[in-house]
Amino acid sequence: MSVLTNNLELFLRLFGQTLQLFAISAVLSLVLGTLLAALRVSPVPVFRAIGATYVTVLRNTPLTLVFVFFLFAYPLLEILRIEPYTAAVVALTLYTAAFVCEVVRSGINTVPVGQAEASRALGLTFTQMLGNVVLPQALRSVVPPMTSTMIALLKNTTVASGFAVPQAGSIRDALSEQGDNVLFGLIWVAIGFVVLVMPLTYVQQVFEKRWSVAR
Amino acid sequence: MSMVLFDVPGPKARVRHKILAVAGIAVALAAVAYVVMRFIATEQFTARRLDWINYKQIQLSLLEAIGNTLSAFAIGAVLALVFGALFAAARLSDHAWVRTPAAVIVEIFRAIPLVIMMFFFYYGLPSTGIKMSAFTAVVVSLMLYNGSVLAEIFRAGINSLPKGQSEAAYALGMRKTQVMTFVLLPQALRAMLPTIISQLVVLLKDTALGFLITFEELLRWGTLIGGDAVNFGRPMISVMIVVALIYIGMCLLLTWLATYLEKRNRRNKKVIKTDNDDAGQVQLGNASAAVGGVTV
Amino acid sequence: MRVRTLAAVLLTGALALTACGKEGGPGETPAPAGVFDVAKDVKVEGSPTFEKIKTRGSLIVGVKEDQPGLGYKDPTTNKYSGFDIDIARLVSAKLGFDPEKIQFKTIQSAAREQALINGDVDYYVGTYTINAGRKEKVAFAGPYFVAGQDLLVKKDDSSITGPETLKGKKVCSVTGSTPIKTIREKGYTEPENIQEFQGYSQCVTKLLNGEVDAVTTDDAILKGYASAEEGKLKVVGKTFSKEPYGIGLPKGDDALRGKVNDILQAALDGGDWQKIYDGTLGKSGSSAQKPTIDRY
Repeated sequence: MSVLTNNLELFLRLFGQTLQLFAISAVLSLVLGTLLAALRVSPVPVFRAIGATYVTVLRNTPLTLVFVFFLFAYPLLEILRIEPYTAAVVALTLYTAAFVCEVVRSGINTVPVGQAEASRALGLTFTQMLGNVVLPQALRSVVPPMTSTMIALLKNTTVASGFAVPQAGSIRDALSEQGDNVLFGLIWVAIGFVVLVMPLTYVQQVFEKRWSVAR
Repeated sequence: MSMVLFDVPGPKARVRHKILAVAGIAVALAAVAYVVMRFIATEQFTARRLDWINYKQIQLSLLEAIGNTLSAFAIGAVLALVFGALFAAARLSDHAWVRTPAAVIVEIFRAIPLVIMMFFFYYGLPSTGIKMSAFTAVVVSLMLYNGSVLAEIFRAGINSLPKGQSEAAYALGMRKTQVMTFVLLPQALRAMLPTIISQLVVLLKDTALGFLITFEELLRWGTLIGGDAVNFGRPMISVMIVVALIYIGMCLLLTWLATYLEKRNRRNKKVIKTDNDDAGQVQLGNASAAVGGVTV
Repeated sequence: MRVRTLAAVLLTGALALTACGKEGGPGETPAPAGVFDVAKDVKVEGSPTFEKIKTRGSLIVGVKEDQPGLGYKDPTTNKYSGFDIDIARLVSAKLGFDPEKIQFKTIQSAAREQALINGDVDYYVGTYTINAGRKEKVAFAGPYFVAGQDLLVKKDDSSITGPETLKGKKVCSVTGSTPIKTIREKGYTEPENIQEFQGYSQCVTKLLNGEVDAVTTDDAILKGYASAEEGKLKVVGKTFSKEPYGIGLPKGDDALRGKVNDILQAALDGGDWQKIYDGTLGKSGSSAQKPTIDRY
């Protein structure tokens, strides 16, 4: 307990940075992921291929490798200099977007075929139909798995520990530098994550129950 | 579904699509070309920076690193499957004193980031006198985390089986354990195979987190060779491309195995259609949500 | 069918990979002449470690593998080189064992005491700072080098001349290391300007790219990187701490400690030490003070 009370400021500050990292990457990956999903269902085969390639590559690459790439390999190309924090956001966003894309796409697939056919009969264009008919309906089957994806993103922020980006995972470094008990420190970090994740899991289950009946 | 989203294109649309396609290709090519130009401009592909591929010792150390990654994966996967089966069975137990702790453990391990678990086993535990090698810490963490997720997948799989299966087994006079091990688990395993394999892909990718606790796996090998200034002038780009290709290759092989099994499964008559399709759908949805939590 | 094709492709790939391996490294530095002449009929009365070495017939020495110029393992040959390595070879030769037969064993910083206590290595040479805490667990011969915390900057950077000029500059070092702790505690630069990575090599990459302004740790390590980068980097040369490097020995083996101290003294007096320095760290262009052996 003393590890936590003595370092309360440290714990709060770093968990705060975890949440900040999470929030920024979450928003960006939702936007990018939805755009990718639009590419993947578009009528233009080339767009579908681009979307599919992106998803295949990013989904089969370890996140740690994406981090290593943006922290240690990308700077060698001397394109645009980025801070480690930006690099972490980029890595998390690009990686998570691939999963967001797949969640949105499978959500679109759950919308009954008749809906799309009806909107076409009404003369809606592809974008109109996607934006006004299909996506709003897909949302309900998207929300539960999307919550899971976001929970994963929250936990994945800890990968930044090895890459000079302070967040909850760096609490260990700070504690061991001060000579504090790392074991109990890490248990508190774990508890912190359980506390953050549990409500999200609960919300997800509620949505899932409610909407699985409605469907 | 995605094909239903749009009409068969007419002549105008076809022209538009062609223009868009050309534009799309142009943008994609421009992006690739720009990156390749940066590669060349910053001399990433000079003979010296590619020379590392030629050395026998480096090839051997690469094979060794892949071996370490694969053995962490293999052992972690087997342990996670066992852990998952045990805890799925425990969560479905009739006794609350078995069910509740199992549920709590599974939920907790699913909520803790894998990195924190690895730190705990590698940096935290030694102060209590329990020393773990980086390899053991990685394997144990992979087991606890993926095992918990697999437990949820198994449970969803068992729940999706028709009630008649267990009822029939009980009617034959089988005991609870027998019903579980001989009737329910094998069928659930079969039904959930694709989901299980995609979870194993996740496990394979997660071995790379061992990088953070100095486990000598593929990614660590990459940073070591890629950071070599003495012989090759830091060939980080070319090394990382190779490492990424190896990871993607390994994961695709596993995914391909999953689709292959799924196809074979569909042909197989032994598979039982679940009770009613909707219920099965919901349960599968549940499981995929559980997986979604980790696939990322 | 597809499985077989795939297996065939993999097999040919593996064969192609192992078939065309180059042996040996791009460049090797020969050992300085005369330094490693093997002594004959060496006796160390009352040393259990020496008895163990004699029955085994060769030495096992703990070293580091990721510090060019000090303790570096060439990935193309798996051969070790550097100042620490040559000191280890010198000691071996003067103990009467052919330095070619030394088995080098990479031991990470955190595991050094344990390796000596367990007897996994006969002695340890790897930027091992002598201090009171460590003396309780292991014995030290030497120091064979006195390092001090210093700064590595780009060759053309004249704005950084010492720790007090670091304000507003980005400083990089290894996570959890003493040097970065000193920077933080003394407030040499702002906390947000401190970057920590797992290895010095990663910091050096960042320095070369201009993403950080200075790398800090012991000057010996920095000199190694400066000489590996051939004229792109320089060590500021204003040390602000004292790190006497010793040869770690099993605690209680005073006979061997005395013998190793004699060997080091002779090398310092005779010029072998200078030859070793010139052949390794001296290539960075900076000279070094000879240490005074501390027979505690």
